[in-house]
Amino acid sequence: MSVKTLTIDGKMVTGVAGTSVFGAAWEAGIQIPRLCHIGGLSELGACRLCLVEIDERPRLQPACMTEVEEGMVVRTDSARLHAHRKLIVELLFAEGNHVCAVCVSNGHCELQDLATSLGIDHVRVSYQHPRRQVDASHPRFALDLNRCVFCRRCMRVCDEVEGAHTWDVAGRGASLRLIADLGQSWGSAESCTSCGKCVQVCPTGALFAKGSSVGEMTKNRAFLQYIVTARAQHQWIRK
Amino acid sequence: MSAQTSAAPASVNRAGKPRLATVWLGGCSGCHMSFLDLDERLLALAERVELGASPLTDFKDFPPADITLVEGAVANEDNLEVLLRVRARSKVLVAFGDCAVTGNVTAMRNLFAVEDVLDCVYRQSATVVAGLPLGGDGVVPRLLPRVRPLHELVRVDHFLQGCPPAADRIFDLVVALLEGRTPELTRRFG
Repeated sequence: MSVKTLTIDGKMVTGVAGTSVFGAAWEAGIQIPRLCHIGGLSELGACRLCLVEIDERPRLQPACMTEVEEGMVVRTDSARLHAHRKLIVELLFAEGNHVCAVCVSNGHCELQDLATSLGIDHVRVSYQHPRRQVDASHPRFALDLNRCVFCRRCMRVCDEVEGAHTWDVAGRGASLRLIADLGQSWGSAESCTSCGKCVQVCPTGALFAKGSSVGEMTKNRAFLQYIVTARAQHQWIRK
Repeated sequence: MSAQTSAAPASVNRAGKPRLATVWLGGCSGCHMSFLDLDERLLALAERVELGASPLTDFKDFPPADITLVEGAVANEDNLEVLLRVRARSKVLVAFGDCAVTGNVTAMRNLFAVEDVLDCVYRQSATVVAGLPLGGDGVVPRLLPRVRPLHELVRVDHFLQGCPPAADRIFDLVVALLEGRTPELTRRFG
């Protein structure tokens, strides 16, 4: 098991070969903005918020999908990166219908948190106002595609932790959408175990428990680390 | 902030104070209700500003203002006309609340065609008189094809988020502007 030494934001950092720059930075206490990443699930590189600058590489690289290399020099915070991240979040707001004032996750939303941390006070691109569906066919939960940012945390937690793989995506570009099983309503998806893991990892109000009103839906992320730790290390310890 | 502005002749501003105006476009008036929640601080504010146009006053035309808080999104032709006039006559224009900043609930009709919205509201849901209240006399302003936030149409100097913004934040922003400071972004977006 070889160990690589690199520099992140001027700080000497080490990481086991195969570790991502994101993981090495996290271990060193350097937090890179992210949306699709969540500890305990595989990386996807979907949101591009964790883009970093790496010396001798002309293009920005997603930290979650870039492995540490010996002598690598990484910058996670610069005016260029800030401008890119800000625009990415603005595009996410413009792409969907995130009417925060009437959202169950208002005040407990990772998209809102990102916008605030990046200093966004308005969206500079035109809102698209796409026609998207709401699926309330499940007896306990509901899916509001207006608020989906396609991070695919739900898809990965359902596949990798629950082992059901109820969720997947269909379509491309602006037609991309989350589907249950083979595209039927969630309530009729036979693979769904109704465990609710997808609801808890969703960063916005796209997946929520029925009966939640505006601002009432808070997500519990701790369960994921508990299950992953328990399985990998046989430590059944709830923090 | 200077008591006199380039947009406001001295003869207009009799009180010699900066003039504060508030405008209500396509919104629910919740932002103005929150403004009234300043309670006794309204008296403190009244010491420092002269109240210009607002839903509480009766100006037939929008007089020049130093600071104008504009609530609501731009939903119809009248909103657009008012906004353009207000922008031309305001030194500092603030997008006041989520509808002004993002379109918010007002813009939820953008998911549908204007004709379908009107048909649903005035024909299908009508309980007494079914039919569009247009009349051709220009009294009811025509809806724009899309509801839009202010900054898509005019220059906006400051954005005050919230549905509605809390009274404390309204007060902080107005005081900051009066003292020539840049208001801080202290609340979640959206």
